[in-house]
Amino acid sequence: MTTLLDPTNERRVSTVERVGRPESLRGLTVGLLDISKARGDVFLDRLEERLSEMGADVRRFKKPTFTKPAPVDLRHEIATQCQVVIEALAD
Amino acid sequence: MTTTAHTAPVLPDGLVIVVKRECETCRMTVPVIEQLRNGALPVTVYTQDDPDFPAGLGAIHDHDLAVSWHHQIETVPTVIRVNGGREVARTVGWSRAEWESVTAQSGLGDGLPVMRPGCGSLSVDPDLVDSLRVRFGSSVLGARRVEIASAEDEFEAMFDRGWTDGLPVIPPTEERVMRMLTGTTRAPDDVVAIVPPDLVEVTIEKIAINAVMAGCKPEYLPWVITAVEAVCNDTFNIHGVLATTMPVGPVIVCSGPGARAIGMNSGMNVFGQGNRANLTIGRAVQLVIRNVGGGRPGEVDRATHGNPGKISFCFAEDDVHSPWTPLAEARGATPGADALTVFPGEGPRCVVDQIARDPESLSNTFAACLRTLHNPKSILAFDAILVVGPEHARVYAEAGWNRERVVDEINARLQIPGSELVRGANGIAEGIPAHLKDAVLPKFRPGGLLLVHAGGGAGLFSAIIGGWANGDVGSQPVTKEVTR
Repeated sequence: MTTLLDPTNERRVSTVERVGRPESLRGLTVGLLDISKARGDVFLDRLEERLSEMGADVRRFKKPTFTKPAPVDLRHEIATQCQVVIEALAD
Repeated sequence: MTTTAHTAPVLPDGLVIVVKRECETCRMTVPVIEQLRNGALPVTVYTQDDPDFPAGLGAIHDHDLAVSWHHQIETVPTVIRVNGGREVARTVGWSRAEWESVTAQSGLGDGLPVMRPGCGSLSVDPDLVDSLRVRFGSSVLGARRVEIASAEDEFEAMFDRGWTDGLPVIPPTEERVMRMLTGTTRAPDDVVAIVPPDLVEVTIEKIAINAVMAGCKPEYLPWVITAVEAVCNDTFNIHGVLATTMPVGPVIVCSGPGARAIGMNSGMNVFGQGNRANLTIGRAVQLVIRNVGGGRPGEVDRATHGNPGKISFCFAEDDVHSPWTPLAEARGATPGADALTVFPGEGPRCVVDQIARDPESLSNTFAACLRTLHNPKSILAFDAILVVGPEHARVYAEAGWNRERVVDEINARLQIPGSELVRGANGIAEGIPAHLKDAVLPKFRPGGLLLVHAGGGAGLFSAIIGGWANGDVGSQPVTKEVTR
């Protein structure tokens, strides 16, 4: 038997239950996070239009740069103000 | 009795003498030890190998070498005078004057030579030292122990656990990690950095484990630690360098006499295979990002193509033959210091110019090749390292162009009319907004072109290492001095 030292961070990944999918977006606050990539705003403008037509209250947020994680304060702001998150990755 | 870690045996007061039968000098001094037993101070003899040596002197067998290890016996015989449990004097080997001084007795060893060197202590025997280090020091290591069954192939087990970069790694046993830790004076539990993307604290110990796996020698460890510190911060932004779709990774340029001392390559095939220090230092940094930070391809690493340098891209600057100040010094490091510069870079590409014998012509070639970096219409967004080969550097050296002059001359050739850069120009949709058509814009931001001297002595070639999103929006090169 060989004993090795664990090279990893030894963290256990915790899993969190998702909130149920809402029946409708009417009256809900939807946050759109612009990650500051070129022309991302063009896409998000159109998305805001469509979501507003569906009765959602859309709020816009923006990361200072696409290359770094969103600052803690910004994440907190989104979490406290919005009921729905649309998660997407694009390039 | 087996002594465990951190319980150093207390030495009895009087004279303590550590010997082994195998040592000729020890055998020679047996009559002296007998002589000392008739003196005022009590004498305690520890024998490392033969329990019956020296015969009739009541020697204690230091069977697990605990006494020798904890009291740093490197040579036998060693004579220590102990008072109140504390060492007050020591001598090694045989020297009549030294023995008489330490033992406070005169007339020792009549008939023996004046002096004779001792032999290596068993506690520093290369075949034993690693296991002794584990036996007496292992509790300093906090990492989880992973047991691999004897029927299991340990190399396959490490692949299965996702610990590798796709190549086999050296099994990080306690012996190997303890040996690796001899390369630094820093404590194993010392926190070095917060490693993205999982933002986990990394200790010296975890870096040492990954350095073992990468194949490093202990003397490389300070360079690995420094490189981890240099990339894991908001300035270099390894999170972004890892996560980007662009084909970049941390490129590590090492400067200073220490890089030569550990055998790094700054010459022939400088970016290539065959040099252990170059390859394993860069690899260790990437293994830390993978294993501690949790940064893996296909997960947070979203590279479209990546590049082979993402396994390891680390090399030394040829600062001995360079006509210029070393890169690290030019970026603020203490002159002559060991230091490294980390740069978010793609793979290198070759610049060929076999005709230029004057610096203007050579600069024209460099500017023309650098112009195409990432896209001929791309400006200001990306930095680059120009690695000038010795034969090209000689052209500049003969013309007396210093580092600043070379950079300025190349930059002067990279002031580009906006009309060539706007969207649609030259039949290329990519480009800058049309309203900039009358502007003149530089390819590189100030400080965005880094100059390094490296490569083999033959070949009129240089190399370009392209960068990634620069400045506060992306990544800044970071230079850091290496400490032990």
